[in-house]
Amino acid sequence: MQKKIYLDYAATTPVDKETLEKMMPYFSNDFGNPSSVHNMGQTANAAIDETRNKVAKILNSKQSEIIFTSGATESNNLAIRGTLSHYCAKNGKNAPKPHFITSTIEHHCVLETIESLEKAELIEATFLPVDSEGLIDLEKLKSSIRDNTLLISIMYVNNEIGTIQPIVEIGNLIKELNSNRKNKIIFHSDAVQALNYLDCDTKKLGVDMLSFSAHKFYGPKGAGALYIKKGTPFKSIQTGGVQEFKLRAGTQNVPAIVGLGIAVDEIKNNNALEIKKLRDYLIERVLKEIPASYLNGHREKRSPNNANFRFDNIEGEGLLLSLDMEGICASTGSACSSGSLDPSHVLLALGLRHEQAHGSLRLTLGKHTTREEIDFTIEKIKEIVARLRQISGNVLSEFK
Amino acid sequence: MQYSKKVLDYFMKPRNLGELSNADGEATVGNPKCGDIMKIYLKINKNEAGEEIIEDIRFQTLGCGAAIATSSMATEMVKGKTLDEAYKITNQQVADELGGLPALKMHCSNLAADAIKKAIENYRTNTPK
Repeated sequence: MQKKIYLDYAATTPVDKETLEKMMPYFSNDFGNPSSVHNMGQTANAAIDETRNKVAKILNSKQSEIIFTSGATESNNLAIRGTLSHYCAKNGKNAPKPHFITSTIEHHCVLETIESLEKAELIEATFLPVDSEGLIDLEKLKSSIRDNTLLISIMYVNNEIGTIQPIVEIGNLIKELNSNRKNKIIFHSDAVQALNYLDCDTKKLGVDMLSFSAHKFYGPKGAGALYIKKGTPFKSIQTGGVQEFKLRAGTQNVPAIVGLGIAVDEIKNNNALEIKKLRDYLIERVLKEIPASYLNGHREKRSPNNANFRFDNIEGEGLLLSLDMEGICASTGSACSSGSLDPSHVLLALGLRHEQAHGSLRLTLGKHTTREEIDFTIEKIKEIVARLRQISGNVLSEFK
Repeated sequence: MQYSKKVLDYFMKPRNLGELSNADGEATVGNPKCGDIMKIYLKINKNEAGEEIIEDIRFQTLGCGAAIATSSMATEMVKGKTLDEAYKITNQQVADELGGLPALKMHCSNLAADAIKKAIENYRTNTPK
């Protein structure tokens, strides 16, 4: 079989062998329900609490502030809907609509949740634009805040272009505004791409809620968490159980939560410095050696493992397909690969034209990525871009 | 990606690729917004029976794997055919000849037969009877 070069670590990561081994007993031996009173139940419950302790440490929070979920999509839904759920329960049917603020480049699980609540006329919503490098403007954020603003949800690191938002500054701004507000603003951040590489100390960030998922940092799929600061007005959205401090009904995924805990321990071995060097090498060589190639996102304020390029006169799916035939796994913002008719909403939000967004390629590195793999990939990208440009000729010029 | 082997072959080894410098007919279809643009060049001659035929054909395509494969296949299907025969080729026939396309690709990327029709019309408009 052809050797695979995996450069899609922002999509998901392989589970570490040691992590998998430590998860295994919880499938068939220590399989008890953590809500059961008997010894087997308590064994499972203790395993969950051990992970809770580890997560609390890395987030600098209390154990009781960590709610386990099935992953970041659920955590983000829970954060947004749980905030509204509390507001509605407290203020009754005829309460004025609360106002939610987010950015135009959030993951769909935030964007579509807020859009759907706005469409259902349950909230007012503001979608903050970003600049050409993917950063939100603090002044624009400030001026979009209203008397009825209840929630601000801004992602820590963008999953496509890797841009890091000024979460600390936003946190400070909200803290300052809240000191003079009757209706306190709740600050949530989707940190799914951040936990592995950036400081997620919730006290430093000034967040009230923070979401993440285990499979983005060498843990299993199916486990994630939502940090909810003590005292945050919040109500569960799922009924039928008292698990997770009554905030997330449903039997916990014990083996995956155990895996999450081991993966948190392993963050210290994430190889971030080495990854950043390799990533910088990749960016420099591609921009230098491939004509009409560009970097999407901010050059400095970006996750250490992310490179996102675009190439003129190239369509990303053809590029992806050709790379795949060489055993290289990558990703694109082209419409063709997404199953929709439009290219990536993130790239369009940067102000790129459709044909520019169609020509994008995301390469995300991980702790197993080698220099040889990057060298091979650069050579292949060069060949493929040249080949596809030969096929596309100059047809685009007729539309300019 | 759920492409047939034939689609991948026509994508990797496109037939009739390039430009024709003094084409008798040419046409471009698609648009940059959806991401697929195809250009077809025709060289027209007459066969022994005196019918107009596509003596040579070339294409250039900016687009996904399916867009390139369908362009490539369509040119092969009409080369040597009379203009009347070539004009009847449909997008569906091109897709069938490739062993089918993923459903999503049928509309956005399967435009080659349209491009050929348009190029024939371009030739007929510009050629005095």
